[in-house]
Amino acid sequence: MARYPTEPIKCWNKVKQLRENYYIDYAKAKERGGIRWSGSSTSLCAIPAGLGTDVYSLTGEPYGAAVATDPKLNKQCQEAVEAAGYARDLCAYMRTYLGSLLVDKYAFGGPFPKPDFNFQIQACCTHGKWYQIASKIESVPVYTIDIAVGPYEPGKNEAALNYVTEQALESIPWLEKVSGRKFNDELFIAAAKNEMRATSLWSQICLLNQAVPAPLDEKSMFSLYALTALSKSSQWCVDFYEELLDEVKDRVARGIAAVGNERCRIIFDSQPPWTFLRLFRYLEEYGVVSVGSFYTFALKGAWQRAADGSLVASKLPWEEGIPMNSREEVMRQYCHWTLSRTLLRQMFDSRIKTEVTLQILKQWDAKGVVMHLNRGCEGVSLGIMECRQALAAAGIPVMTFEGNMGDEREIDLGRTLNRVDSFMETLNLKRDFAHA
Amino acid sequence: MITAGIDMGSRTVKVVFLEQMKANGGPAWGVKGKHMMFPEDLDMDVAAEKALADGMAAAGISREQIGRIVSTGAGRKQVKFANDDVTEVTSGARGAVFVCPQARTVVDVGAEEGRGLKASAEGKVVDFAGNEKCAAGAGAFAESMARALQMNLKEFGEAALRSDKVIPMNAQCTVFAESEVVSLIHSSVPKEDIAKSVLDAVASRVCAMVRRVGIDGEVILIGGMVHNPGFVASLKSSLGVDSINLPEMPEYIGALGAALIATDGQA
Repeated sequence: MARYPTEPIKCWNKVKQLRENYYIDYAKAKERGGIRWSGSSTSLCAIPAGLGTDVYSLTGEPYGAAVATDPKLNKQCQEAVEAAGYARDLCAYMRTYLGSLLVDKYAFGGPFPKPDFNFQIQACCTHGKWYQIASKIESVPVYTIDIAVGPYEPGKNEAALNYVTEQALESIPWLEKVSGRKFNDELFIAAAKNEMRATSLWSQICLLNQAVPAPLDEKSMFSLYALTALSKSSQWCVDFYEELLDEVKDRVARGIAAVGNERCRIIFDSQPPWTFLRLFRYLEEYGVVSVGSFYTFALKGAWQRAADGSLVASKLPWEEGIPMNSREEVMRQYCHWTLSRTLLRQMFDSRIKTEVTLQILKQWDAKGVVMHLNRGCEGVSLGIMECRQALAAAGIPVMTFEGNMGDEREIDLGRTLNRVDSFMETLNLKRDFAHA
Repeated sequence: MITAGIDMGSRTVKVVFLEQMKANGGPAWGVKGKHMMFPEDLDMDVAAEKALADGMAAAGISREQIGRIVSTGAGRKQVKFANDDVTEVTSGARGAVFVCPQARTVVDVGAEEGRGLKASAEGKVVDFAGNEKCAAGAGAFAESMARALQMNLKEFGEAALRSDKVIPMNAQCTVFAESEVVSLIHSSVPKEDIAKSVLDAVASRVCAMVRRVGIDGEVILIGGMVHNPGFVASLKSSLGVDSINLPEMPEYIGALGAALIATDGQA
């Protein structure tokens, strides 16, 4: 039933290798006399990068997702954290991370590698508390930057930008104190620029998925965006996305499809249930390709709007003539870049997500939405039902299913697949084939 | 020409046969026969074969007369002799609009799942929403609560009609709701008030699903809960509608819809 040619992604093994290196490098940092720190994937990771070239991070959410794909370890972690009194309806990634600390097992082998410090931002309602608890368990210091400034409107919220920038600047003497190292502005500036490059590159890659057939399917995109969630301010991260951008451009030019039998494009919503990614393969049996989502595009992508309202990749500030030379200038632009991120803005006003989702449907020519009512993430699930209502009012077919990104106990596989069947029938789609 | 729809539900198997009518401005297809069976065999294919055979015998038709068979329901994929299968969402909407052509909002509450459907004039699903991994919006919840009150379902539904009390039931979960019911029993609350409270809670959960797809045109209730007058009253009140269409054979609507889908392209 192939309608388009397809071929594997050439960068696939590389992204897997870089991801593995990241986790192993973190674990072995002490053998090299390096520094280990932990924090959210949304944290301002370019700042600790100013402490040296041997600074290694462990970002909490991707780590939670990694554990989620190991059901045995995940179960141990969940049971340990529940035994310690943390309720099942809390953030699944936080529970997994804390559970991993409590059972002292690292998903990539050996005991859990304790960080030297935690460096966090309060992006969602869980983030700050997560690392406050982790720091108590680990007996290490924590610095948390409050970014709860409402939905940031670039150019209109100077007070908000000042508030966050001042906290970020104040973190530098704190970092020098807890690490015993002198902060290097050049390293920080290079890292901040890398983060802007990497996140803008990811947006450019997502934009290429407007092509028919889609060169990427979302299941693969989950693995491909991962590096921006691990170490977005690293040079190796930028290098990878430049290579991937070239490869995806080539796939578009040659009409290479991610899903050979593509005949209907949809988008997803929220993080997927990580143990149930075959949901996307099941959709493929109907010729359906998920071309992206608000989450996959906006988690780390840097976006701005063109004059006609379309989504475009954010332009790099120094290419716009904005000076980025001193620590203060760069920190201000870096905080502006972070606060402008669509996913963070949505956590303060769910209407942003609805509006952007409608634009994605239009721009990526998607005909429906599969929404994961994700019990594992309060931040991303914020306003999800209001979003569903707005999409339905706009005549967009929507399917919802309940689950949890990081706790497979909350997923009813049979019922969800049955619901997919119903949704496909409403879209007048019949199965092309069945995976073995 | 005869078609068959077979609904492999979680507790029962239902079969409906449709016969092509000699059209004189009336409907093109009419019900030739129907049959319901409580399967004794866990092998769903065997159960389906038996239900079909028994249904054919009761309707006086032979296998050769049946042009197409479409299965639906939770066990639809186990029916090896079916020509096609559709989900209970699709068959429910098709059957409901056939028996009530003005209906655009279909409320389906069976044993295992409750759902709200928005249907087109042709009986196609426009939008749907169902309960998730919770039984509190399904018939199984009402059954469980009736057991806690030591009543059968008929007594339970009728008892609720005798109450005009509003006792909020906070629990959204069958397990917790049962302990709430036990607390109410220990507080000497009359059984009819507890029955109404339980059915109000189920109706409220179902209503939330229906509102998710929106109420449009006339409302029809299908599924086993049609037989529960207390639930029908609670649902009417919860939805804020004056009337709800109640089909004569609510359990057969899925099988009827499947049989109708089997007629597509046959006439």
